[in-house]
Amino acid sequence: MNNPSEAIDQGRRGFMRSAAGVATVTLAPGVLLHTLANAASPGPTAGEPRAVQVTDQVRYGMLIDTTKCAEGCTACVSACDRENGLDLQTMPEGADPALWDRQEARWIRKVKVQDNLTGKVTNLPLMCQHCEHPPCVDVCPTGASFKRADGIVMVDRHLCIGCRYCMMACPYKARSFIHTNVEVKLTLAPRGKGCVESCNLCVHRRDNGQASTACADACAAAGHGAILFGDLKDPASPLSQALAKLPSRQLRENLALNTGVRYAGV
Amino acid sequence: MATALVTGGRVILGLAGALLALAVQAGGSNFVIPGSQAAKEQRCVEPTDFMRRNHMEVIKHQRDATVHDGIRSTKHSLAGCIACHVAQGPSGHPVPVNDDRQFCGACHEFAAVRLNCFDCHATVPAGGPLGPGGGAAPAPGVAPGTPLPPGHPQTTVR
Repeated sequence: MNNPSEAIDQGRRGFMRSAAGVATVTLAPGVLLHTLANAASPGPTAGEPRAVQVTDQVRYGMLIDTTKCAEGCTACVSACDRENGLDLQTMPEGADPALWDRQEARWIRKVKVQDNLTGKVTNLPLMCQHCEHPPCVDVCPTGASFKRADGIVMVDRHLCIGCRYCMMACPYKARSFIHTNVEVKLTLAPRGKGCVESCNLCVHRRDNGQASTACADACAAAGHGAILFGDLKDPASPLSQALAKLPSRQLRENLALNTGVRYAGV
Repeated sequence: MATALVTGGRVILGLAGALLALAVQAGGSNFVIPGSQAAKEQRCVEPTDFMRRNHMEVIKHQRDATVHDGIRSTKHSLAGCIACHVAQGPSGHPVPVNDDRQFCGACHEFAAVRLNCFDCHATVPAGGPLGPGGGAAPAPGVAPGTPLPPGHPQTTVR
């Protein structure tokens, strides 16, 4: 070190220091903005329409406790119909009522299954299962069937050509096709001839910062409380807490779709 | 020859007159319906000239932001257009905006544009008041004579 030629080049050190400073000043706002955006994104405040785009920081899902689901009760189905304007559908003139019964759009079906060995009967509401790997999205030729960042599987009806491949692909019979012109529709639930639609976890409620879905609210109001809606990614959410306690299953779990709707007691 | 010239001149004059009449109608006409919220406002969400030419682009951009990204807070929503431009009929029910002589219907007919927004989208504000900026038309019902069944959601929709 006594050799002057080995002395530390202070100028070089100063240059490195200022370069590091410049890099920090350049990067810090980006990192800060990114953090801020992520912190702001999980959901709009109650009653306020969403202003920032949805992110995958949340994944919406449901737990349906079939032991609490009552036979003959259709509170969730009728609440869904009211919320999404499905009860405003009218049978086309001269149509076969039996055919209309099969074709009328339904977002939730009440299903009753029986184990033939034991005779155990189970009631459950069946709707779009909001898969992580949705077959309907895989097969859609136009990109109309898509998964939103927060896990909601839905149809962009501006892009839907009505080919119904997604209806064929869905293992849960969750999707419906609108066969005729629709006279009366709600502002929050557009609906028209030639498009496919299905449960969207009350996406208008999500974007307006409401806590639950119409079906979950109706089930709770009917005194059953079989449907629990929430965020699968938040370990503190009531949904995650319940999933951690109750034994639950995905329907057709052999398909490895990782559904967002889980069932207990089946 | 002279006759042909005169006839040609008449035809040109006639065409020019027709064009002028159309231009006057287009420039001077105002399709905003008296009595609607829009008639009370000083201006649209953007300058009127811009909206006349570009409203479809604005709505199309908003539709993708809403469907795919869930953004519903901006002022460029079709529901907002309808809430502000809808007229009230004699019975107090809103009149569908795509009807003849209504805001959307009349202008598109004049411009010979056939659009299919309203094959799927509601033509009257149904679902309650739209909140600030979107105009307010909290009249119940969907179309004259067809009020919504009770129990339909009254959420804020943009």
